[in-house]
Amino acid sequence: MSDIETYRKNAATWLESVVQTYGKAARKGLSESEDLALGRRYQNAKFEAGYAGINWPTEYGGQGLSHIEKVTFESEEMKHGFPSGYFGISLGMPVPILMQFGPDQEFAKERVLKALKGEEIWCQLFSEPAGGSDLAGLRTKAEPDGNGWKINGQKLWTSWAQYSDYGVIVVRTDPNVPKHKGLTYFWVDMKAPGVDVRPIKLAGGDSHVNEVFFDDVKISDDHRMSPVGGGFAVAMATLMIERYVATDSAGFGPHLELFIDLAKAIEINGKPAIADGRIRQQIARNYAMRSGLNAITARAMLMMKAGMTPGPEGSLNKLVSVRSRQKLSELAIDLQGSEGFAYDDHAQQKDNWTSSWINAPTGRIAGGADEMLLNTIAEKILGLPQDHRPDKGIAFNQIPA
Amino acid sequence: MSEISSEDRLAMRDSFARLLAAQAGEKALRETMASPHGFDENLWQSMAEIGLLGLIVDPEYGGIGGDAQILEDLMEEAGAHLLCSPFLSTAVMAASLISASSDEILKTALLSSICDGTKIFAVAATGENGLWTNEDISVEAHKQGDEWILDGSASFVLHVEKADHLLVFARADGGLRVFLADPATDAVDVQKLATNDPTLRLSKLIFSGANARPLADVDEAAIETALELAKLAQAGEQAGGVKRIFDITVEYLRTRYQFGRQIGSYQSLKHIAADMLIEVESAASAARHAARMLATESPEAKTFVSLAAFACADAYRDVSAQAIQLHGGIAYTWEHPAHLYWRRARTGLWLFGSSDQHREAYLTSLEAA
Repeated sequence: MSDIETYRKNAATWLESVVQTYGKAARKGLSESEDLALGRRYQNAKFEAGYAGINWPTEYGGQGLSHIEKVTFESEEMKHGFPSGYFGISLGMPVPILMQFGPDQEFAKERVLKALKGEEIWCQLFSEPAGGSDLAGLRTKAEPDGNGWKINGQKLWTSWAQYSDYGVIVVRTDPNVPKHKGLTYFWVDMKAPGVDVRPIKLAGGDSHVNEVFFDDVKISDDHRMSPVGGGFAVAMATLMIERYVATDSAGFGPHLELFIDLAKAIEINGKPAIADGRIRQQIARNYAMRSGLNAITARAMLMMKAGMTPGPEGSLNKLVSVRSRQKLSELAIDLQGSEGFAYDDHAQQKDNWTSSWINAPTGRIAGGADEMLLNTIAEKILGLPQDHRPDKGIAFNQIPA
Repeated sequence: MSEISSEDRLAMRDSFARLLAAQAGEKALRETMASPHGFDENLWQSMAEIGLLGLIVDPEYGGIGGDAQILEDLMEEAGAHLLCSPFLSTAVMAASLISASSDEILKTALLSSICDGTKIFAVAATGENGLWTNEDISVEAHKQGDEWILDGSASFVLHVEKADHLLVFARADGGLRVFLADPATDAVDVQKLATNDPTLRLSKLIFSGANARPLADVDEAAIETALELAKLAQAGEQAGGVKRIFDITVEYLRTRYQFGRQIGSYQSLKHIAADMLIEVESAASAARHAARMLATESPEAKTFVSLAAFACADAYRDVSAQAIQLHGGIAYTWEHPAHLYWRRARTGLWLFGSSDQHREAYLTSLEAA
């Protein structure tokens, strides 16, 4: 067995050992605050067992291993429905960026350790009403204020802001230069006066995203994590980390086996649906698509192993897997007919078709809408020319809006 | 053929549109869908006052004698507003079934109570499987002495909450008949069904020896007529709903800027919108043509109702889903109406039969034609 297979096996064994305490069944019926508390205990258990900060330096409390071990652990972890979602963003982007760009490393070390143990949560304050797909079009501004800065504006879609202690934020410090050049990156205390977090109820019924308002929020200059006007590069570095996150060829929806079970159980015109040509075709297509994506993931792992950076091919994964999850979920509820209409608020999108269907649109919008990913593929992989950009090279405050 | 002129038809549609704009706008819709009974009684009375509840009822019984075309017209308005109401069950299905009865005294009483808005009807038309076929009906009617009683269950019954009367499709003497029953007795157990569409209410009914009265001469042919009319009404509702969510989306494409441009200036989105328009127009054409065929009692009416049923349901599904994608995150918030259209579209994919069933029926009738 290769080292990584041994690692996988050990991780799987440990995960099995805590499933009863923290897994899907343990979470059933909990309120969100109880679930979050369980999540914090689970995160701490991971820390104690050496499965937190797997690819982070040991001096920060990490395990000093590579991306491969991290992705391997995550792919095992996602099988069990643990309450790890609250920390996904926090440990995924803002905290690693704090390690890398935090101006005060003593402070950073303290925060990283607390975040790894699940005691503190960080959020990422990027998107805004005017800056969705067009991140650099953001309008929240920071103006010089004494020795520090004063922030005013509004962020949108900030995941878990309601539970966050800190956040990283990109703001406009100069509207008189082209949009990418007038941005600066800071960290903020989410409990500071003037920060107002308002949860947004989503169409699926949950409220994990928020609007965050900044009203004269004052911060000192030691919160700054980029050169003034150099914030976009750090923002891009933040988003690059996503290339080292475990993917799911099921598009974070139910596994194909669940669809096959359904097709065996349900009849079309008196025959099992599994015998229906249209259904068989869908199953075959999905199988092929999922194994294709798994092959892409395996290739990315090999690149990481060889010390190379995975390319933008990773964006294929989300694009393909979530779109097909949406279609498959629809087909599943069509198959269920009026039965698919019954709705269970507590159902999980990994094992319930209606829940998967109703939540699928977020997967096709959040973290880069399908249309933006298609542009990335066309421009970055294929090298096709960019679309006309009227905002290119002109001062931010002159851009049509 | 209807006696109503096309000017009157337009005027009627216009007054309904104004009524809905005044009393069933988005704010009212959200209050209504969150209310226990899921419909607005004041609006119901206003609908009665302008004659809408007696739309398809013969003038002799207090209605205005409208045909399928005016019904389809008005359903487009209802669909655009996601109207939450027992209109389909009371003013369409029940009105159609009762109109077929030969019991003049009962007919006069019931139809006038529909027209003046004093009574609400729920129609128990399908069984546990929700197939809307004769075979799926599982309520049995037996005679006990001179009385009829009902046993068995019916599911996916719309808006039972405030219904004064039930019309129940049941098996009796080897055929199907329609019975009038009281939903408020102990012999009828009403179980609320969980749904992902907050704009309507669905229940399952279990009859345990419930007293019922058969509607004289309301047979399988009358059931078929009522179901055809319900399918047409739903197709019209879908055509109206899909048009409205499409319009909202195109407006957003015009006004939302990213990268210094209106997002509608991007060819990829423009093409999606153009394809959506084809769906929206096809849905309206299919629903309106089916209405014309029904109104003129064409032998092809059933064929075109089947066509409209799947064309409108599928268009609504596709366009409402695309609407969310084209908006991005904002249309996936609870506050935005897009998901309400999207959920309603999902309901229409099986209520009164699935798209696949309608397609089969369409093919079958084409072969027969």
